[in-house]
Amino acid sequence: MITIIQIVSSIFSHVGDMFSNVCDIFSYDFMCNAFIAGTMAAIVSAIMGYFMVLRAQAFASHALSHIGFAGAAGAGLIGLSPPAGQLGLTLIAAICMGGMGERAAKSDVAIGVTLAFSLGLGILFLYFYSNYAGHAMSILFGDLLSVSHALLKTMFYYSVISLLGLVFLAKPLLFATLEPELAEAKGVSLHLISILFLVLVSIAITEASQVVGILLVFALLIGPAASAICCTQTFWRGLGLSILFGLIIVWLGIFLTYFTNWPASFWISTLSFISYLMCKFLGTKI
Amino acid sequence: MNAIEFKQLTLRYGDRAIIQDFTANIAPGEFVGIFGPNGAGKSTLLRAILGLLSPSTGHIIVLDKHVRRGNPAIGYMPQFRQMTTTNHLTGRTYMTATLQGFRWGLPFVNPLQREQINEVIHLVGIEPFVDRPYAQLSGGERQRIALAEALLCQPNILLLDEPLSGLDPGQQEKIVHLIKTIQTKLNITVLFTAHEMNPLLTAMDKIIYLAHGKAAIGNVNDIITSEKLSWLYDAPIEVVHIDNHLFVIHKKLGTNVHDHNHPNC
Repeated sequence: MITIIQIVSSIFSHVGDMFSNVCDIFSYDFMCNAFIAGTMAAIVSAIMGYFMVLRAQAFASHALSHIGFAGAAGAGLIGLSPPAGQLGLTLIAAICMGGMGERAAKSDVAIGVTLAFSLGLGILFLYFYSNYAGHAMSILFGDLLSVSHALLKTMFYYSVISLLGLVFLAKPLLFATLEPELAEAKGVSLHLISILFLVLVSIAITEASQVVGILLVFALLIGPAASAICCTQTFWRGLGLSILFGLIIVWLGIFLTYFTNWPASFWISTLSFISYLMCKFLGTKI
Repeated sequence: MNAIEFKQLTLRYGDRAIIQDFTANIAPGEFVGIFGPNGAGKSTLLRAILGLLSPSTGHIIVLDKHVRRGNPAIGYMPQFRQMTTTNHLTGRTYMTATLQGFRWGLPFVNPLQREQINEVIHLVGIEPFVDRPYAQLSGGERQRIALAEALLCQPNILLLDEPLSGLDPGQQEKIVHLIKTIQTKLNITVLFTAHEMNPLLTAMDKIIYLAHGKAAIGNVNDIITSEKLSWLYDAPIEVVHIDNHLFVIHKKLGTNVHDHNHPNC
């Protein structure tokens, strides 16, 4: 009897310790910022990613994020902040990609060639601006634990703009995604929808890459959405589950980072991968 | 008032003339089959009626108004396409996306719209599979969901692009019967492109035949004749009747013109 009570009380004290540890996290300013930034990035990416996966444009989003690298690296050369340069170049790429039409926006070859060129450009910019290497690392791999208040503010604006844009665009976007021929016949401009959507994606990518970096933006944009699509049969359930997966992945990732001191991007991308595997092979349809 | 009027219509696709100087009227409530060899421009004619392709010369008048894109009076069923998607969205989700999908905003449906979707589901008889994943349905089931999507806007005119392609004869007969029943019930005009005319012989009121940039419209018995088709193809064509079935034979090549894509057709 006494042993049971001892075990129970030790479990309680252990849980209590963990709880106080978890509470400790929020006593650090940088951890609070990480949570806020991660939450914003998770929500926006999960929603945009859901449409990207439905539209089979995962590769396009991958390319857009890498094109942003050249923008971020080049921004320093002309005195812009890296996120501004990144957003600028990603937007230009998005408009070109959308403007080339549905086929080009999904063409592996056209995207792949542009992608390689933009990475090359990024490397050239880094060569000209060699003391930029540390910054380049954070652009490529993200630095969730050093998100500043100023960056939080920028991220907030990006979130609001991209989500408001999507509220406006969601209906014709879904129509054009599921039934493109029918949408065209009903007067929906597939070109315009494609451009507007990729512009919103650019904003979301620029935001998410501040958290996980350009190379791992896939983890937030595609992972939760692809997992949700594997196990849902209606639009709203899929979107809701995508957001839920995104939030769980980011929050759990930040906790694990805190306790292990390993990079946040590693945990987030690993959790994203695990959630996809689980949904793909074990998921039941809801 | 005519449902559709073609006035001295010339349609071009690139450099090629699909239809030249074609004048015809289609009355409300008519069931019109559109035939011709592959590449003759059957789908192009439908695209022109939808306003997706402008005539080179002449006009298309739809319900007394000049053709315009996104006309809600026209329901459209595009050509069957292979599904490459990996999503598991249900047929009903596809229908919901289609209804009002041309407006801005969030894809919510109100109870009235939900009821409207249910009515069409009942009309087309797709209750057994409309809540199953669309990508996993059979060709015939997907065609019926596409038909339901075309009917969602409560159209006066229904344009169906090759609704029988990829279906076995039994399924073809079922689809034709279903479309004819719906057409009679709603009293709508149907334009139906197809490769093979026999499944449609009893359903059709009129026929449009396209070949070599020429077009002819009339009753089946007036158009599907050796003389008329020889004029259209600019080659000796023979129409053979066997047990209420029609076969259009290219005399020089000795083949059924609806079976192959001849380089000179």
